[in-house]
Amino acid sequence: MLDTMISTQASPQTLDARIPPGPIEQKWDRARFDMKLVSRANRRKYRVIVVGTGLAGAAAAATLGEQGYQVDGFSFHDSPRRAHSIAAQGGINAAKNYRNDGDSIYRLFYDTIKGGDFRAREANAYRLAQLSVEIIDQCVAQGVPFAREYGGLLDTRSFGGVQVERTFYARGQTGQQLLLGAYQALERQISAGSVKMHTRSEMLDLVVIDGKARGIIVRNLVTGAITPHAADVVVLATGGYANVYYLSTNAKASNVTAIWRAHRRGALFGNPCFTQIHPTCIPVTGEHQSKLTLMSESLRNDGRVWVPVKKGDTRPPGAISDAERDYYLERRYPSFGNLVPRDVASRAAKEVCDAGRGVGPGGYGVYLDFRDAINRMGRDAVQEKYGNLFEIYERITGENAYDVPMRIYPAVHYTMGGLWVDYQLMSTIPGLFVGGEANFSDQGANRLGASALMQGLADGYFILPATVPNYLASSRFDPVNTAHPAFREVEDEVRRRTEALLATKGKRTVDSFHRELGRLMWDECGMARSESGLRKALARIPELREEFRTDVRVPGDDGGLNQSLEKAGRVADFLELAELMCTDALHRSESCGGHFRVESQTPDGEAMRNDEEFSYAAAWEWTGPDNAPVLHKEPLTFDYVHPTQRSYK
Amino acid sequence: MNLTLRIWRQKGANTPGEFVTYPVHNVSPDMSFLEMLDVLNEELIVRGEEPVSFEHDCREGICGSCGFLIDGMTHGPRRGTTVCQLHMRSFQDGDELTLEPWRASAFPVLKDLIVDRSAFDRIIQSGGFISAPTGSAPEANAILVPKESSDTAFDAAACIACGACVAACPNASAMLFTSAKLTHLNVLPQGQPERDERTVNMVAAMDREGFGSCTNHAECEAACPKLIPLEFIARMNRYVYRALLRPHRHPLAERIAPGAPSRAR
Repeated sequence: MLDTMISTQASPQTLDARIPPGPIEQKWDRARFDMKLVSRANRRKYRVIVVGTGLAGAAAAATLGEQGYQVDGFSFHDSPRRAHSIAAQGGINAAKNYRNDGDSIYRLFYDTIKGGDFRAREANAYRLAQLSVEIIDQCVAQGVPFAREYGGLLDTRSFGGVQVERTFYARGQTGQQLLLGAYQALERQISAGSVKMHTRSEMLDLVVIDGKARGIIVRNLVTGAITPHAADVVVLATGGYANVYYLSTNAKASNVTAIWRAHRRGALFGNPCFTQIHPTCIPVTGEHQSKLTLMSESLRNDGRVWVPVKKGDTRPPGAISDAERDYYLERRYPSFGNLVPRDVASRAAKEVCDAGRGVGPGGYGVYLDFRDAINRMGRDAVQEKYGNLFEIYERITGENAYDVPMRIYPAVHYTMGGLWVDYQLMSTIPGLFVGGEANFSDQGANRLGASALMQGLADGYFILPATVPNYLASSRFDPVNTAHPAFREVEDEVRRRTEALLATKGKRTVDSFHRELGRLMWDECGMARSESGLRKALARIPELREEFRTDVRVPGDDGGLNQSLEKAGRVADFLELAELMCTDALHRSESCGGHFRVESQTPDGEAMRNDEEFSYAAAWEWTGPDNAPVLHKEPLTFDYVHPTQRSYK
Repeated sequence: MNLTLRIWRQKGANTPGEFVTYPVHNVSPDMSFLEMLDVLNEELIVRGEEPVSFEHDCREGICGSCGFLIDGMTHGPRRGTTVCQLHMRSFQDGDELTLEPWRASAFPVLKDLIVDRSAFDRIIQSGGFISAPTGSAPEANAILVPKESSDTAFDAAACIACGACVAACPNASAMLFTSAKLTHLNVLPQGQPERDERTVNMVAAMDREGFGSCTNHAECEAACPKLIPLEFIARMNRYVYRALLRPHRHPLAERIAPGAPSRAR
């Protein structure tokens, strides 16, 4: 077992991911056969806590409830339907090969490994591709209104970074419809009594007893009450931490707190520096900007990306002739053109803007032009495909993208890093499972479009409902309830932390700290990272953390609904996470996927990996607030897809 | 531009509230309405006052968290727009705006502009799903769905459960919300086996929660940020009559309010 492999003495260890033996296409079958089962009658004796009820969490809670376990679901939202999964626009991949265009499970697996720039685990990526097929079946059965052809069959489209049409979609609201499917399945279990849902309840710490995860401490966001909850297993599905950058496409409340608290209790944090920058977001308009809005990259299927050839060309786009336009993605990557993966498209946009050829106020924007698509397909066809996205764009910018090209710029969108998990999705704390974006995931150093929904649902519907019971059946449990002193101890710690935030009564608001941290992270640990920049950030973050500790002003009290207090707790954790991200980014002196170290590039400016030194997942151990984290490694082996330099030329 | 806001302040569910007036200066037309409130809140915190609580999350118009009344209009003056997507270019220098929470007894105020909308979840729990336990699904393309049905289902499923329909209705009716979910599931072949049961259960749950009935004001349709059409309420009424008039092994009628027609048996 893993708990014996990780020394508390903080000496680096090689991690065992418990990957089943055998050919890759048989590993998941093999694992499932080797798993221990819990008989139907015994299931209700086990209590499962699921924190976060977005795609992964709602799917897991509903499925475990259907199986007969006693499930407690926790969400800080007023309803599970608000989870940020709802905002995913583009689609979900599945290796159905309905188009007969050469797709297969193996090809989806291959694309995922290559897209992840050879920093993902082969066995996990293969399993993800296998399960993709069942996910679509499940969602259709629930009534998810996917796009259809006139004959009544499912429609698909192609999506960033691949050459087959394997992406299923529901207009530009695929995440919403998939989440509603999982939400409705969850609500069905709530009414059946198998899941008890705790809304407006935020997990503030994890309780570990005898080395096993046995419960959580929760704050009721309406009453302020802090309560302990005990269970036999804890599942975290609390999403990603892109809001460490302040400006990101994540919802305002998305945060790292649940997984960071678990990290502080002993769960290793995998690849924290692997973040994804999404190339097609609406550019920033000013200091007041509170978040960034993504325009689905499905737009890149028909929109063409360009900037003026000439530096500082401020003419309106219509006045710039084709000869004076640089369709730089089509020029640099002739075979993939506008459909290159997200990291490649993002860096290319940064380069042209840094060179002074950006457009719009501030010069940090590039055009995404539908003129040719409208001429080719007609305005109606463009509207049918992208109408709602054009509406979103119009609402935010006041511009009509049918007449003038959209302006887009990259923004932080997704975090591939997260708590390290083995093949069973269990963290290094036995009994603590992690699903969806919260784990360090199957995506490697870069995620392909339409793969996040796939991973969240694979984890939630199929993997956790197999591996959680296996853990329950193969572990011995002493009965634990919230009277155990460990609960009181952690609860007191949580209370003290909350009181300290309120007692500081300094001068600066939580948001002003968050904005400063975000700016620093975007500049030094964003699209391009350098040793000097990362060292600068590593020097500044502890100072900022200290300023926060002594000068933050959190109004109100802890006796009721207090949104400033909620934010303060989350930003306090971001201030710790940021340091770990920079530490990880500094140690990984290669470039890979979304992690671009300026010191490691090919002569023509593409990301250059260093497989000899860095073919591993980095998993960091927390060793106390003033101690350096300890690096553990999970070596990655590639038996099926041979590592090559990615090329989309 | 400069604005004057009259905002409903209420400490908790059981304390009385009142309007408090705040000036806001240097508002940029590119700000969203919520970003303008962020600016006000930052000022309030620095001045040592309590910021205004309002619900919000994705700020992309899809999560359904946000929503309050601006001068009596749900989500403000722009049609088909949530308040997070409403930008200040829709207003003018010197405007005086009144902000208050959704007003409906089924949506009690929790604080300032935040209300409790858990009644919507309970309506969904009563039948707003298709029973398809994980693992039991047939091959996706084994179920043919006419594009027309699929498109109608999508139009209905676009509902974000923000509650604007209830807040806009003089009767505080939740019929647009409920009919949207019923339409989504009842037009699909997958939704047929549970159609009648789902219909009466959801309508009964809606009544239980204390929402009013539709008297065809159509304010909900005008208020809906996702443009869910009133036609779905007419559909819901058809679903109800069909459910009640069709023979069932166990009569469904008794679950609905008195006065509903029931087939002579």
